[in-house]
Amino acid sequence: MDNTSQIKKENRLVKWLLIGVCAVFLAVMLVLPLIYIIYTSLAAGFQKFFSEITDPYTIKAMKLTIIATVWALAVNTIFGLCAAWCLTRFEFKGKKVISALIDLPLTISPVIAGLVFLLTYGRQSILYPLLDRLGVSIIFAVPGVVLATIFVTFPYIAREVIPVLNSLGTDEEEAAALMGMKGFTIFRKITFPHIRFAFLFGIVLCSARAMGEFGAVSVLSGHLKGLTNTLPLHVEMLYQGYDFTGAFAVSSLLILMAIVILILRNIFEKKDV
Amino acid sequence: MKKSTGKILKCMLPLAAAVLCSGCGMTKRDYIINVSYDPTRELYESYNQLFLEHWREIGGTEIEIIQSHGGSGKQALEVANGLEADVVTLALEQDINAIADSGMIDEGFINEFPEDSAPYTSSIVFLVRRDNPKDIRDWDDLLREDVDVITPNPKTSGGARWNYLAAWYYFEKQGMAEEEVVKAMETLFHNVLVLDSGARASTTTFVENGQGDVLLAWENEAFLSLKEYPGEYEIVVPSVSVRCQPTVAIVDEMVRKHETETIAQEYLQYLYSDEAQELVAENYYRPVQQEVLQQYAIEGSQRVIQEIPEDQKWIVEDVDLVDIAHFGGWKEATRKHFADGGVFDSIYE
Repeated sequence: MDNTSQIKKENRLVKWLLIGVCAVFLAVMLVLPLIYIIYTSLAAGFQKFFSEITDPYTIKAMKLTIIATVWALAVNTIFGLCAAWCLTRFEFKGKKVISALIDLPLTISPVIAGLVFLLTYGRQSILYPLLDRLGVSIIFAVPGVVLATIFVTFPYIAREVIPVLNSLGTDEEEAAALMGMKGFTIFRKITFPHIRFAFLFGIVLCSARAMGEFGAVSVLSGHLKGLTNTLPLHVEMLYQGYDFTGAFAVSSLLILMAIVILILRNIFEKKDV
Repeated sequence: MKKSTGKILKCMLPLAAAVLCSGCGMTKRDYIINVSYDPTRELYESYNQLFLEHWREIGGTEIEIIQSHGGSGKQALEVANGLEADVVTLALEQDINAIADSGMIDEGFINEFPEDSAPYTSSIVFLVRRDNPKDIRDWDDLLREDVDVITPNPKTSGGARWNYLAAWYYFEKQGMAEEEVVKAMETLFHNVLVLDSGARASTTTFVENGQGDVLLAWENEAFLSLKEYPGEYEIVVPSVSVRCQPTVAIVDEMVRKHETETIAQEYLQYLYSDEAQELVAENYYRPVQQEVLQQYAIEGSQRVIQEIPEDQKWIVEDVDLVDIAHFGGWKEATRKHFADGGVFDSIYE
C-alpha cells in the first residue's frame, strides 16, 4: 500500500517536472520571441503596421513567396509520390542511390545549392548562350527563385510518405489487383487513404520550408526590389534599412501565413476522417 | 478526399500557367534595373521619384525603376554572373572594371559621364560615441592600444578600401617610409575588433550591437547614423581623408538587349542636374557641382559634428582629400594592396 502510493507520488513528480521543462523550453524558444515580434510590429500603432503590410513592395514579395510555394508544392507532390511509390514498390539497381539523392537537399547547405544553380545556369555556364537565345532567364529572375525553393523542399513529401508505404506492405494492393482493379484506381481507393496523413504533413512541412527559405533564394534572387524579393529577403532588406517596425510587421505576416497553413491542414484532416 | 484534392488541383492550374508565362515571356521591358551598393538605398529611393517626374515631363513612356543593394563587390559579381542590370551605380571604379572585364560594359565608361563618371563623391570620417570618451581626433589615435576599431573588410567592401587608403595616405604624409607605413597599418588592423563584409553590416555592428570605439565610415553613412540616433554619436573629421568617387555606368550589353539605351543614358545623366545634385547633398553625399556644394558647405573649420546642422550646412571643406590617382589608379592600387598576396594580406592574417 505504502509502496504504491510512493510510486504514484514519484510518477506525479516526474510528470509535472517534464511538463514544466517542456513549458519553460517552449516559452523561451518560441512563445517569447513570437510575442516580442508581434509586440514590436504593433509598437508604432496599428496604422503603421497596416501600412507596412499593405506596402506595394510587401505585397509583391508576398505574391512571389506564394508563387514559389505553390510551385514547390505542385512539383514536389508529383515527384514525392512518384519517388515514394517507386522506392517502396519496385526492386531495381541503384535504388539506394536514388534514396540517398532524395535526402541530399536536407544535408547540403542552401547557400551551396544556390551557388550550384548559379554555376549551372549563370553567365559563365555553357548553357547560357542557349538560354539567352531562347530568351529564358533563370538566374536572378523569378524562375531562379522558384527553382531554389523546389530544390530545398523536395525531400519533405517523399520522406513523409515512404515509411508509411513501407510499413503498409502490398497485400491490399495485390488483392485489389487480383480482383481486376486498374493501377490508378488502386492508388486512389486503397493506397492513398492510408498515406493521407503522412502526405498532408509532408505538404505542411514543405510549404512552411518554402515560405521561409532564405539562403538559396538569396543567392539566386539578385535582391531586385519588387521583382525577385521574397518575404524573408524583404524582411532582411527592411531591417538593414533601419526600418525595424516594417521588418517585424512583415515577419508577423510570415508567421500568420504559417498559422493559416496549419489551420488548413486541420480542416482537411477533419473532413477526411 | 477525392473532391478536395480535385479542387486543389483545379485551383493550382491557372496559377501554374501564370508562372510559366511570367518565366519565359519576352515582352518589351517596362522597367530598368539599377544595381547599386549598400548605403545608397535612401538616395536612390528619392532620386528615382525625382527622375520619374522628369522622365514624364520630357515625354518618356511609363516605366518603373527596380533597385538592388548590397556590398559593392558582391553586386558587381552578380552582374557579371548574369544579373540583368541596365545601369550600375557602385562604390568604386574597380568594381565596374570587374564587370567590364566580362565584356558587358564597353571600354571607356569612365569618360562617358562628367567628373570621371562619378556624379557625387564622399569621404571617410570617424563615427565615435557621444562626447568622444576615447578622445579620438585623427588617424594616429587609431593606433593606440585602448582603441577598438570597426571597419568592413577591404577584400569585399568598397568603403573599406577607401578607409584603408585614407589611413595609408595619412601615415605617408607624416613622412614615414613605406615599411613604417606598413607597420602602422599593421597596428591599426590589429585594433580592428570586427571585420564585417559590407559597410551597412559594420554600421549595424557599431550602432546596434554597441561594439568598438570608432567606426571608419562613409561620410554619408555616418550622417545617416547621426540622423537615425540623435544625441548618441558624433562625427570626427580627420585632418586627412580620401575623395571617394562612386562610379556609375551603363551596362551596354544589357541595354542593347532590353532596348533601354535612351532611358539608361538619361537616368545617369540627370544625376548631374541641379535638382538631383541638391538631393545628393540632402542625402549627405558631396555634390560635384561647385555651386550646389557651396550651398551646403560649413563656413570656417569644424572638426566635430554632434548633430545634423539645422541650416543643412554639413560639408567640411577643410580636409586634405587624396584622389585615387595618388595610388596610381584603381588597377594599380588593387594589384598592390588588395589582390591575393597584396599588402593587405601581409598585414592582416
